[in-house]
Amino acid sequence: MSVERFADHIFPSSPATSRSEDLKGTSVVTLDDISTAQITELLHKARYIDTHRARVAHTCDGRVLATLFYEPSTRTRLSFETAMLRLGGQVIGFAGAQLSSASKGESISDTLKTVSNYVDVVAMRHPKEGAALVASRAASVPVINAGDGGHMHPTQTLADLATLQSRFDRITDLTIGLCGDLTFGRTVHSLIETLCRFGHVRFVLISPDELTMPQYVLDRIDANPTCSYTEVSDLVDVIGDLDVLYMTRVQKERFFNEDDYLRLRDTYILDEAKLKLAKPSMAVLHPLPRVNEIAVDVDSDPRAAYFEQVKNGMLMRMALESSVVGDALPGYESQVKKEVRV
Amino acid sequence: MEVTSIQNGVIIDHVSAGQSLTVLEYLKIDPADTRLALIMNTTSHRFGSKDIIKIETERRLDLDVLGFVAPQATVDIVHGGVIVDKVKPGLPNRLINVINCKNPRCVTTTEPGIDQLFHLSHREPAEYRCDYCDEKAKI
Repeated sequence: MSVERFADHIFPSSPATSRSEDLKGTSVVTLDDISTAQITELLHKARYIDTHRARVAHTCDGRVLATLFYEPSTRTRLSFETAMLRLGGQVIGFAGAQLSSASKGESISDTLKTVSNYVDVVAMRHPKEGAALVASRAASVPVINAGDGGHMHPTQTLADLATLQSRFDRITDLTIGLCGDLTFGRTVHSLIETLCRFGHVRFVLISPDELTMPQYVLDRIDANPTCSYTEVSDLVDVIGDLDVLYMTRVQKERFFNEDDYLRLRDTYILDEAKLKLAKPSMAVLHPLPRVNEIAVDVDSDPRAAYFEQVKNGMLMRMALESSVVGDALPGYESQVKKEVRV
Repeated sequence: MEVTSIQNGVIIDHVSAGQSLTVLEYLKIDPADTRLALIMNTTSHRFGSKDIIKIETERRLDLDVLGFVAPQATVDIVHGGVIVDKVKPGLPNRLINVINCKNPRCVTTTEPGIDQLFHLSHREPAEYRCDYCDEKAKI
């Protein structure tokens, strides 16, 4: 954690932090682009939006969002679009590179320079890593990264944080188990890195030896003395200790041989039998889409929070879109400013 | 063999043994059209062996590039046959169009007209990462 970010956490009511809550005009390529105070404010806004749907329904009247999706997406694109529609704005865009001028060889920069003339904010998904940074530098309006290859997907992490907030009323002082493919899962890396900025989280990293957490993520945990981690290979051994279980998919193609995959596959499938060993208050998260890593019978368990994550994703995108275009939510009072006064 | 002194130029000392041609390549100095002397694999008290590069030039060296490719090197600035300054380049915080990202999934492999940008992500051991995709630089 950088000194600046650590200060954000320790002194959340400092004048500099209060000023920095204004996200107007800010592109969000990675969550490192915004402070912990700004993330906290987005969490407050999302909760406010959820309880004041009618009141915020015209927040972004007259605004236009462009969704530039160069590769397929179900949840993320619809979530970004619904978020703007529910704020009163409108949406243009394309879903697939073959439907855009990229098929004629147009660069990302040229597309963004063009689209900036039409819209107030852009949400972009692109298969190339770093595409969102290129887009944000070319655009004259805020760009929100909706996924750039296997690199970053900041609004998924915001959805994860909002789900922790809604389930526990906090995002710290939790024991969080992350299970499955911890080597290649960008969502778990991003979640850990962001939670480490807030501190006071115990991570339990559950994976086969073939798919352990990369060293740079472990270094990030070590860099914050209030955070800790343990690495284990058996979910059943630790599930009873967890406040949160974040599941990811163990993909067959990640293994060197099929025998290892078949041996380990069931270990990382969550079903009702394993869930019986967990705390009654534990929350099960998953970035979706799932294949078979969570049995369907878990869906009806109150601990299943993964479809709530989808809703929270939309609420956080509503909070983010209205913030970056600079539209205040009617009736909303900044919680950070309120804390300063107290 | 006699290597005459240079009148105006630089002496790059303490280059890792055998690396002087790589250093010239990164500094974009073409040995075919530059008056220079390479002393390779000579004795060094500090490192055991080293290369020395003497270049007769009025051109300014890019010390950031030198700091990246030969962080232990020292530079003597020579004017009128006399050493007038000594510089220790050190690791630069940023590299702009010095190296290319080797990650095939990086946007720099397809997007035309953008700079190759790297930042120093770890000082000891030195590690640079691509600004776009965060991939570690392979040199």
